[in-house]
Amino acid sequence: MKTKFLAATFGVLMGTTATAALAGTLDDVKNKGFVQCGVSQGLPGFSQPDSAGNWAGLDVDFCRSIASAIFNDPTKVKFTPLSAKERFTALQSGEIDVLSRNTTWTMSRDTKMGKFAGVMYYDGQGFMVRKSLGITSAKQLGGASVCTNTGTTTELNLADWFRSNKLDYKVVSFEKSEEVVKAYDAGRCDVLTTDASGLYAERLKLTKPDEHIVLPEIISKEPLGPMVRQGDDAWFNVVKWTYFALLNAEEMGVTKANAEETLAKTENPDIKRFLGKDGSFGVDIGLTNAWAFQIVKNMGNYGELFEKNIGTTSPLKISRGVNALWTKGGLQYAPPVR
Amino acid sequence: MATKSDGPLDAAPRVVWYNDPLWRGRFFQALTLLAVIAVAWTIVHNTAVNLERRNIAQGFGFLSTTAGFDVAQAAIDFPKDASYGRAILVGLVNTVIVAVSGVIFATIFGFLVGIGRLSHNFVISRLATAYVELLRNIPLLLQIFFWYFAVLGVLPAPRQSLEPIGGWVFINNRGLYLPEFHFGAFAGWGIVGGLVFGLVVSWVIRRWARIRQAETGAQFPSGWVSLGLIAGLPLALFAASGFDLSLVAPRKSTFNLAGGIQVIPELIALVLALSTYTASFIAEVVRAGILAVSHGQTEAARSLGLSHGHTLRLVVIPQAMRVIIPPLTNQYLNLTKNSSLAVAIAYPDLVSVGGIVLNQSGQAIEVIVIWMAIYLGTSVATALIMNVYNQRMAIVER
Ligand SMILES: N[C@@H](CCC(=O)N[C@@H](CS)C(=O)NCC(=O)O)C(=O)O
Repeated sequence: MKTKFLAATFGVLMGTTATAALAGTLDDVKNKGFVQCGVSQGLPGFSQPDSAGNWAGLDVDFCRSIASAIFNDPTKVKFTPLSAKERFTALQSGEIDVLSRNTTWTMSRDTKMGKFAGVMYYDGQGFMVRKSLGITSAKQLGGASVCTNTGTTTELNLADWFRSNKLDYKVVSFEKSEEVVKAYDAGRCDVLTTDASGLYAERLKLTKPDEHIVLPEIISKEPLGPMVRQGDDAWFNVVKWTYFALLNAEEMGVTKANAEETLAKTENPDIKRFLGKDGSFGVDIGLTNAWAFQIVKNMGNYGELFEKNIGTTSPLKISRGVNALWTKGGLQYAPPVR
Repeated sequence: MATKSDGPLDAAPRVVWYNDPLWRGRFFQALTLLAVIAVAWTIVHNTAVNLERRNIAQGFGFLSTTAGFDVAQAAIDFPKDASYGRAILVGLVNTVIVAVSGVIFATIFGFLVGIGRLSHNFVISRLATAYVELLRNIPLLLQIFFWYFAVLGVLPAPRQSLEPIGGWVFINNRGLYLPEFHFGAFAGWGIVGGLVFGLVVSWVIRRWARIRQAETGAQFPSGWVSLGLIAGLPLALFAASGFDLSLVAPRKSTFNLAGGIQVIPELIALVLALSTYTASFIAEVVRAGILAVSHGQTEAARSLGLSHGHTLRLVVIPQAMRVIIPPLTNQYLNLTKNSSLAVAIAYPDLVSVGGIVLNQSGQAIEVIVIWMAIYLGTSVATALIMNVYNQRMAIVER
């Protein structure tokens, strides 16, 4: 009886939202006037509400960049905080338009649950322990209790890594990171594991951040990026090219501060196409030709967003490393606007 | 006159069928039924099509693929390459563990507090009242967090474990560690066999004693005899094996304790929270049940010469139980359903593990269907068992 009832309500809901989604997310977004963006429940540097309740962070700024491209207004975004466990269902059911929540690009997620539009941050999984344990390598962790998040690649890599190193461990996995951190802080576990960027972010939440160290081993590839629903090419294009625009802007040296001036003075054909003085690249993806200019003028380029949110001048103090542009020996690379 | 006379309808004048109330009724019933079926079919079909289009549901085949994650507490074997189906089973077993131990402790606390509230001792009855009012008015989730962080916060790290029974039992912020029991083959089977045999024989003796008492009035101390059989037989066989038992104590290692049985703090906190919370409701149920038995019953029993104990056992409690059992069943069901709050403190129950499976496999609808089927199943099973018990306790009318 209960089952049927749920199926029925669900059916009605799905019936109505399905038609809406078929209209295309881009049109939907334009009609409602804002982007519904799925973010984390609070990860410093990536997505966290500040003391005034405004969302801030790299993943947040990415959604604001999409809004800038579409509406020329970075505030036209509504945020939905999601746990790791909830995020894909929220995307698939149409609750959010884009998932920008330190989510690892994996094959099954990319083929079964949605589509990844790019890699905002190349990461890998690491371990954090108390300094007082005197441990210097993850290989010494046999028999330890490890705190982690459910519904993540983290818990899968963890099992794989201990298995292939023939070490024992005890997992303690929570749905919410807040609880993971609290439990680790309270001594429930010897080890906290997640994406290395996450470790630096979570360390800030501990009572005594200096008493903990991140071990040198990085045990996995965690390319973190924004995700959209499958079967909606127009929307996928907008999200993907928003990401490329951020990278291209950095490569071309267009910044938040000089965007206006560059647009007025440039004679460089690449930059002219990019900023919409030449061609109809923006109109062709359902936006205006000034789409990329709007992103940079409102938000800045990738390098600026990186520095502001997680870079060496931020509390997280992460250096660009592999996240530098390809021209500087990193992995960040965008196809040309042509 | 007509030879057959079936009813008043026959006597009525013949009418066209669509004016016949009987046929008209059938017609509209059929129409309604068709409409309901049509609506239901549209809904189900629409849902199925939509789910498929969004890649949300693809059937239950995924249950046999490798899960790839670990679970904090697995009472059944959970090898490294176990499947999603196995993981859900582990979660179910963990839910049963919490529900059963929660029900047992809640019943004990609940009866104690409920009887305490009726005590003539001012301090006891006030304490019991305070207990009930305090616990049932604080949200359960808060109580779970309280216990969990109180347990974790107060207890020392593994290396500084408390050792109530030095070298054998350890308490620390990773839980309670008990020694493992390894019985020899003869001792093990002797204990199990003795227990089963003792139970069967006691049951036979009780029947015999009851029939004899009904016929002759002579009483037989079947309670003591049963106790002797059920406890004595296994003990005797165990002794005969030369107390063939080896204990493996937990040992301190680099991080945790190794060996022994670990009861994780999540389980302890959850059972404590669920049972003390539910006990506050059970206490009220018990109090109401006892108050529902009129004082005249006690007086009548005493004037028949029954002792205080007999009055309670044979007159008051059986009647109180009739009032207590239906709401008590409800409380048991509530406790079972509330156990899904486990997800907040990392206890791997059915909902928590199912949620991981849902997320990792992406099969949302299938997992939700499994959840609902299992919770419905356990609720119905609990209700059935309690109904049977209720029927046995009901007044036998002659
Ligand atoms: N990148 C991994 C892990 C992502 C994840 O959920 N990490 C946690 C720990 S850093 C997190 O984001 N927590 C923040 C939150 O839940 O609000 C994945 O996609 O599965």
